[in-house]
Amino acid sequence: MSAVEQLGYLAAAVAFVLGLHLMNSPATARRGNLLSAAGMVLALVITAVRLARNTETMTGPVVLLAGVAVGAAGGALLARRVPMTGMPQLVSLFNAVGGGAAALVAVTEYVRLSPAIGAQTTVSALLDVVIGGVTFTGSLIAAGKLQGWVTGNPVLFPGRRAVSVGLVAIVVAGAVWVLITPNVPVLVVVIVAAAAFGVAMVLPIGGADMPVVISLLNAFTGTAVAMAGFVLNSVALIIAGALVGASGTILTKLMADAMNRSVIAVLVGGFGTGDGGPAAVG
Amino acid sequence: MSGSLLTDVTMFVLAVLVGFEVISKVPATLHTPLMSGANSIHGIILLGVVIVAGSARTPLEYALVAIAAAFATANVVGGYLVTDRMLEMFRTRDGRRGPA
Repeated sequence: MSAVEQLGYLAAAVAFVLGLHLMNSPATARRGNLLSAAGMVLALVITAVRLARNTETMTGPVVLLAGVAVGAAGGALLARRVPMTGMPQLVSLFNAVGGGAAALVAVTEYVRLSPAIGAQTTVSALLDVVIGGVTFTGSLIAAGKLQGWVTGNPVLFPGRRAVSVGLVAIVVAGAVWVLITPNVPVLVVVIVAAAAFGVAMVLPIGGADMPVVISLLNAFTGTAVAMAGFVLNSVALIIAGALVGASGTILTKLMADAMNRSVIAVLVGGFGTGDGGPAAVG
Repeated sequence: MSGSLLTDVTMFVLAVLVGFEVISKVPATLHTPLMSGANSIHGIILLGVVIVAGSARTPLEYALVAIAAAFATANVVGGYLVTDRMLEMFRTRDGRRGPA
């Protein structure tokens, strides 16, 4: 990587930190968001130029651009059209696709390298797909609850604790299997179990607690993105992901405090194992 | 392990510490916009999608790249636009105090 590229990524990281800081206060919040957006554009342009220079086939960039066009149109349309009352579920939806993208990046790299994958890459990829999988479905359920597509009441189905423990067991066992023998089908099983755990984690929580849950899942996505950074050896992803993971955790606590709730009480809301899923793999 | 892993872990730990410190006393009305702003930042995963797009060589990889690109771009574009829209509303309601 050239010095110019590295300095560009550094400038983007600074923009993210200062942008978040400016968003702490009403007077500077909008400027903070614009600064953060400028950092994002800079980081993406640097990476895109690098891809354009080094690409051997055109298929990758063409497929990438097609996906970008669809995502940009969909994201912009939703962001403009959704009424103000629908903002929290929209943020949750964007968080879901972010977590899904983080998981897919690790899967793509895993499929490409498989079966000659080192332990370091495997561990990062496993953490990425597990956290990303939980976030993807958990955020979709959270958005559904706020939108009224999923009941806002806590869903307390019988045996839910056993189901959650079983899913965690599948994730852990699958992760160990993948670590010992690099293996794409078992990785898919791990992802499916993590995704099912995301559903089982959010369903028992009441609709009123959803903002706290969305904030926590937002922090999860940040962590998943940082893990994707370890998979791809990308410092920009590691810094931005870790930044969101940590600041999102603090924000989750602030939001819970503002509602006179503890994060643990929110997560337990009729549910025994809390957020042990992602942690259990680490 | 390798020197590059050590550098990566160093960056990770320092960024976590910065993340803990960068959020201070936030008024409750800014909680949702701030969450949305942080949400947009993790859209940087699009950068990771660009990287894997460059090395993809099989139809399966191309399909995964296309879906990931759509997801990540929706996160970035939608995230920043919706945060700006929320803050715009905030500014209007609080307009007399803020600079025009």
